[in-house]
Amino acid sequence: MGKQNLLEIKDLVVEYQTDDAIIHAVNGVDLVVKEGETLGLVGETGAGKTTIARTILRILPKPQGIVRQGGIFFEGAELLSLHEKAMRKLRGNKIAMVFQDPMTALNPIERVGDQIAEAILLHNNMTKGEAIKRAQEMLEMVGIPGMRYVEYPHQFSGGMKQRVVIAMALACNPKLLLADEPTTALDVTIQAQVLRLINDLKEKVKASVLLITHDLGVVANTCQSVAVIYAGEIVEYGTAEQVFLNPSHPYTQGLFDSIPKLNSTEPRLKPIPGLMPDPTNLPVGCKFAERCRYAIEECKQQIPPNVELEPGHQVKCLLAGSRGEK
Amino acid sequence: MKSQRRGQLGEIWHRLKKNKFAVAGLVVVILVLLVTIFAPLLAPYSYDKQDLTKPFLKSTKEHLLGTDKFGRDTLSRLIWGSRNSMAMGLGCVALSSVLGITIGSIAGYFGGQVDNVIMRIMDTLTCIPMLLMCVVIAAILGPSVRNAIIAIGISTMPNSARLIRANILKVRNLEYVEAARAIDAKNYYIILKHIIPNAISPSIVAITMNIGNSILSGATLSFIGLGAQPPLAEWGCMLAEGRNFMRDHMELVLYPGLAIMITVLAFNVLGDGLRDALDPRLRN
Amino acid sequence: MSTLLETKNLKVYFKTGRGMLHAVDDVSFKLEEGKILGLVGESGCGKSTLGRAVLHLLEPTAGQIFYDGKDITYPTRSELRKLRREMQIIFQDPYSSLNPRMSVSATISEPLKLHGGLDKKEIEERTKALMETVGLAERFWGAYPHELDGGRRQRIGIARALALNPRFIVCDEPVSALDVSIQAQILNLLLDLREQRNLTYMFITHDLSVVKYISDEIMVMYLGQVVEKTISDELFSNTLHPYSKALLSAIPIPDIRFKSQLIPIEGEITSPIEPEPGCRFMVRCPYATEACTQPQVLEEIRPNHFVSCCRCREINHL
Repeated sequence: MGKQNLLEIKDLVVEYQTDDAIIHAVNGVDLVVKEGETLGLVGETGAGKTTIARTILRILPKPQGIVRQGGIFFEGAELLSLHEKAMRKLRGNKIAMVFQDPMTALNPIERVGDQIAEAILLHNNMTKGEAIKRAQEMLEMVGIPGMRYVEYPHQFSGGMKQRVVIAMALACNPKLLLADEPTTALDVTIQAQVLRLINDLKEKVKASVLLITHDLGVVANTCQSVAVIYAGEIVEYGTAEQVFLNPSHPYTQGLFDSIPKLNSTEPRLKPIPGLMPDPTNLPVGCKFAERCRYAIEECKQQIPPNVELEPGHQVKCLLAGSRGEK
Repeated sequence: MKSQRRGQLGEIWHRLKKNKFAVAGLVVVILVLLVTIFAPLLAPYSYDKQDLTKPFLKSTKEHLLGTDKFGRDTLSRLIWGSRNSMAMGLGCVALSSVLGITIGSIAGYFGGQVDNVIMRIMDTLTCIPMLLMCVVIAAILGPSVRNAIIAIGISTMPNSARLIRANILKVRNLEYVEAARAIDAKNYYIILKHIIPNAISPSIVAITMNIGNSILSGATLSFIGLGAQPPLAEWGCMLAEGRNFMRDHMELVLYPGLAIMITVLAFNVLGDGLRDALDPRLRN
Repeated sequence: MSTLLETKNLKVYFKTGRGMLHAVDDVSFKLEEGKILGLVGESGCGKSTLGRAVLHLLEPTAGQIFYDGKDITYPTRSELRKLRREMQIIFQDPYSSLNPRMSVSATISEPLKLHGGLDKKEIEERTKALMETVGLAERFWGAYPHELDGGRRQRIGIARALALNPRFIVCDEPVSALDVSIQAQILNLLLDLREQRNLTYMFITHDLSVVKYISDEIMVMYLGQVVEKTISDELFSNTLHPYSKALLSAIPIPDIRFKSQLIPIEGEITSPIEPEPGCRFMVRCPYATEACTQPQVLEEIRPNHFVSCCRCREINHL
């Protein structure tokens, strides 16, 4: 409805090649991030979320990470075939990333202000003085007094370090912010501050956010669209309302059933039995079939189709819409 | 999850095998050790059999690598010499590791004053140059291979101690150590069963690397007369004896020099490979 | 129901270069046998320290600890050995809580070997039984931790904790490092075990939803002190302390209809080193006044609901 697609991922397949086996991390992913919105990419460890983020920025570990097929379109340009020089102009500039662990994202022997200024100077034609001034503005924008420019990372708490990382990411006014579990390592009250910060700043600089998380609560409070990822595939995609009010994939439902909620009084949680399949040895057919209580024979033999339940709400399930017990 | 069950040692061996250099180093080390063990069977002559009628021969059928000033067969002296050189290499490392690991473990595990006192003693030892220590020990006990081993062993012990202490400091705060305390395990049990096995990997690598260094140190000491005494065959001694004749008979220096170089290189390369194989972070 | 564990004015302080660190400051509680006490708070609140002090993995600085009616604050060597059989711990990190060089069976049977009295066959049988109890397939007998995922590793830790048939277990954030779908499995396992063996837990976590699900009683801690203590349901239906309120409102609820207020409290946590007397939450509290500089006292505001806040009644219109 007027919103353009800022980022489009089509049929992405990514593998990691180790000495012993091939890890099928991403198996045919289609994703869309619209302008000005936050897309929540929800999944558990090993589902492939971080791999997708790294592939967008083309920072997969070499030589293990290999993109087997697919395309990533950003503002029309296809990223995977871009020359490294052109890619460098985008990284940190138009597409920025915030990682999970603020401890390792910052250089411990450089002043925080300098680290922000460095990012600015890389992509802009400014004098050092101008970059420093802009770095101080960014610090203020994330709620840190500008005069703390001269301090070192160890002088900041975990929450403040993450704010510095966000300041660095937003310093060049990116169009797309990739946030990989940005608040998982933080205390709950600090998490609330940082999430609100990301939301506010996103409005201010008019950026879109791809928020990677395992926390459905975070998704409910910050995201307009949701994509649920399992074993390297998007099993459900839709607006936040659609996915939360009408979770249709058995895995999504299982996730909701297995988390303790403050506003309900379930006598017992219903965990999803079993484990995610071994990425070096994926099953044929639906990858969730062995844990799914609705699975029939066909599920284990064919790849489930992508079914559109309602406009904008897609589910990758053979039995979508026709299951008895839902 | 691996489908083949390997266990930790199996994993390490598997990773080591993939490193071609490390495997080559291992092969050379094994070869040298075999020569050392089977020296009496391999050497055509005894190491001190002189034949003053045939000095300074170049390669002949009876003396494949020629002879030295006293007509002694160079090949035999190299083979017999491996025993003394390796004795110094392995002996020093064994002494310094056993002492160093014991002392360093106690310092690292108990901390506090115990740690302070022990490490200050180690610091003092470090200040004494190895050569000086050897001269002193040689003056008191007389120069010999055994005393050279003692001198080198004691002067390299502080490094061993420091290395294991650093790793013990890391390991002792891990939760599985706390878990052992929670089931009322005694201190010595915790150190032996939980802490040392998990802190020792860097020390194992260091041991392998130090063998090379110790061989060099031993050769150096023998070279200046403080280690193996003539007529013992030892590669450093052979270097010393050949030095005066280097201009016309370079092979007298070349062969022992090569022997030292290849052996030390093999140990170092093996040590490097071991370190890579033991480091879990290098796994994909 | 008798009281299994009790503390009176327990303090655990550490000497640092900059002064005394008040990790646990004047904590008193009673835990009945068969119940689960949830200890909730953010980093630095002292919950982990309290759990370890009760087990004598850390030494208490002052105050008293009672187990089964006896004063165990300064136990003798043989008393401690007996206690260690009855009081166990499950750790948070399934990676660092297992010795990487010991197989699954070795880790689980270690407590049995150390406390003697059993021959090899009995130990093997007991270990197999423990593995079955926690849901570890027999094929993992000789497996090593690095071959297994977080959930299975945590089960090993639980089996190890159960080996000596304890009555009381400190669960230190046992599911925080696990994936969501595995968390539920482990939480249910802990509840099943409690029922089968009449265990008593001190369940430490920072996750309010988890603590609500599993606890009978809850203590909210902030910077070493207990700020609110009551029955689980009561805490959530009548949250009284400003910090508890803030903590609750900061939790993002996975429900699209409850666009939560997310009232983030400003500021950062203050230092636990040589803290000022008076309420430690004062600097960040929206209701702070002069009266808050006085030392706060844990008062019974509602039946069996204790709060440490001098303005509590005012703020909640009671």
